[in-house]
Amino acid sequence: MTLTALRQQFLNGETTPAKALEDLAEKIKTRDETTKAFISYDLERSLEIATKADISKPLGGLPIAIKDNINTFGQPCTCGSKFLENSYVSPYDATVITKLLDAGAIPFGRTNMDEFAMGSATENSAIQLTRNPRDPERIAGGSSGGSAAAVADGTAFAALGSDTGGSIRQPASHCGVVGLKPTYGRVSRYGLVAFASSLDQIGPLTLSVDDSALILQAIAGHDPRDTTSLDSPVPDYSATINNGVDGLTLGIPEEYFSEGIHSGVRENVEKCIQRLESQGATILPISLPYTAHVVATYYVIAPAEASSNLSRFDGIRYGNRSKDASDIIDVYHQSREAGFGPEVKRRIILGTYVLSSGYYDAFYTRAQRVRKLITRDFIQAFKKVDAIISPVTPTPARRIGACAGDPLQDYLSDIFTIGANLAGIPAISVPCGTTAFDGSPALPVGVQILAPHLGEQMLLRVAKAAEQQPLR
Amino acid sequence: MSHDHIDVSYVAKLARLDLTEEEVKTFQSQLEAILGHVESLTALELPDDLNLDANDHLAMMRDDNPLPSLPSELVLQNAPDQAQNQIRVPKVVADA
Repeated sequence: MTLTALRQQFLNGETTPAKALEDLAEKIKTRDETTKAFISYDLERSLEIATKADISKPLGGLPIAIKDNINTFGQPCTCGSKFLENSYVSPYDATVITKLLDAGAIPFGRTNMDEFAMGSATENSAIQLTRNPRDPERIAGGSSGGSAAAVADGTAFAALGSDTGGSIRQPASHCGVVGLKPTYGRVSRYGLVAFASSLDQIGPLTLSVDDSALILQAIAGHDPRDTTSLDSPVPDYSATINNGVDGLTLGIPEEYFSEGIHSGVRENVEKCIQRLESQGATILPISLPYTAHVVATYYVIAPAEASSNLSRFDGIRYGNRSKDASDIIDVYHQSREAGFGPEVKRRIILGTYVLSSGYYDAFYTRAQRVRKLITRDFIQAFKKVDAIISPVTPTPARRIGACAGDPLQDYLSDIFTIGANLAGIPAISVPCGTTAFDGSPALPVGVQILAPHLGEQMLLRVAKAAEQQPLR
Repeated sequence: MSHDHIDVSYVAKLARLDLTEEEVKTFQSQLEAILGHVESLTALELPDDLNLDANDHLAMMRDDNPLPSLPSELVLQNAPDQAQNQIRVPKVVADA
């Protein structure tokens, strides 16, 4: 059931927020045994909020699952890491949580994720593995795999995730739900545990585009506590959402339809493009020439920023501190060795290396310059088109463990999502069908829509036109 | 520029990470493969018609007015070790 439908049930008196929460908790007890989307949930605390919920508010009484890297007062915030497991309770609310509460919503449940948001499969969680509800032998995607899986599995009506290189859109595509990454700065990052500060954004994962607009409306806006937050008015995202695509020009980037795409992904995305064309859109081939360099650029900048951001995890003020350290430096070494998993260590080392003396200019400065060229590609394209359509991933969800020992293979699969993070533009993944893949008969396929900076209204309008019936 | 000899142990030490021998060996080959891919950036010819070093994001300032921050008791709730309303840590300065 969508958030919109649940809200209608509240207003019709068919159910109450407390009842909806209790039903959800029952579903988590049974379905999440296999899926393992949730690291934890606090029904008692959420029921306290539910019983006082004002259903006349925009998100009144609606439960929303929260990715476990978004601080919520009094709740654990593991970031999928042993470093923070059983050792950290959030002493404050992230701005998005404050905004959700102000809109009447009920944060309920902490969802699993790749450790510190580093990964594309939720295999890197140090807490548990999340399985794809469509096929439990498949990854749910990542790093917001828990959030996507919960919405797909019916154990959440909607969830918040974070997206640094595709971590909302890719799991949304793999699980068959809608996932939106806003314009960089549109949603406050205050209270989001930082991975790469120039790339991270919080966004909604939902069953429908309308629900995505509903949540974005509540969480968007300037925040003086986040200096990268845009001081720009928040428009009414629902006002133009049903305007359709008649008269719009949609760009199809040739570099995003290369040979490496699975035929079922290509077919579903192309059918979606044809549907949009039949609804009156003009389809225009475009080129984004620096696409070939997005993965390399991202995997210099993101680890570099991560190596800086994760230096705060030193075992001193919070987190699991090693017991056997002989002095302060030893505390850092031992706590970090024990607390971080292999992917996090790998990215910290990579980031430290590209920022080190002798390599800084060759790698980091270089990557920042190429980033500007990637951004320019999009700006130039948006002079000719209103939005861009592409696949989200080259293939549907792979088998769990298929990339073990070969991180580069996973990195390369981020090619279609990374560009939006580097350029700071908004992007959304919308389910557009299913396909057989590697022994699984019907895995979800998502179509990605990209829009100019602060173009969320356009984004949602095209996404709504592309949307079909929810898979559940 | 060759990255055959990225000194994983040394870089890990810079990042305050103790790695096992097994981790050093595994990361060595994986990081060389990743660096081999990102190395393509160093060979890329960049156009000179763009100010690629322009800083688009100016530092945002606010008035120097003190605002409330986290209460000490909340901060200390997460401290691994504490005493006298402070976070307690192993010795930082060596004995004379």
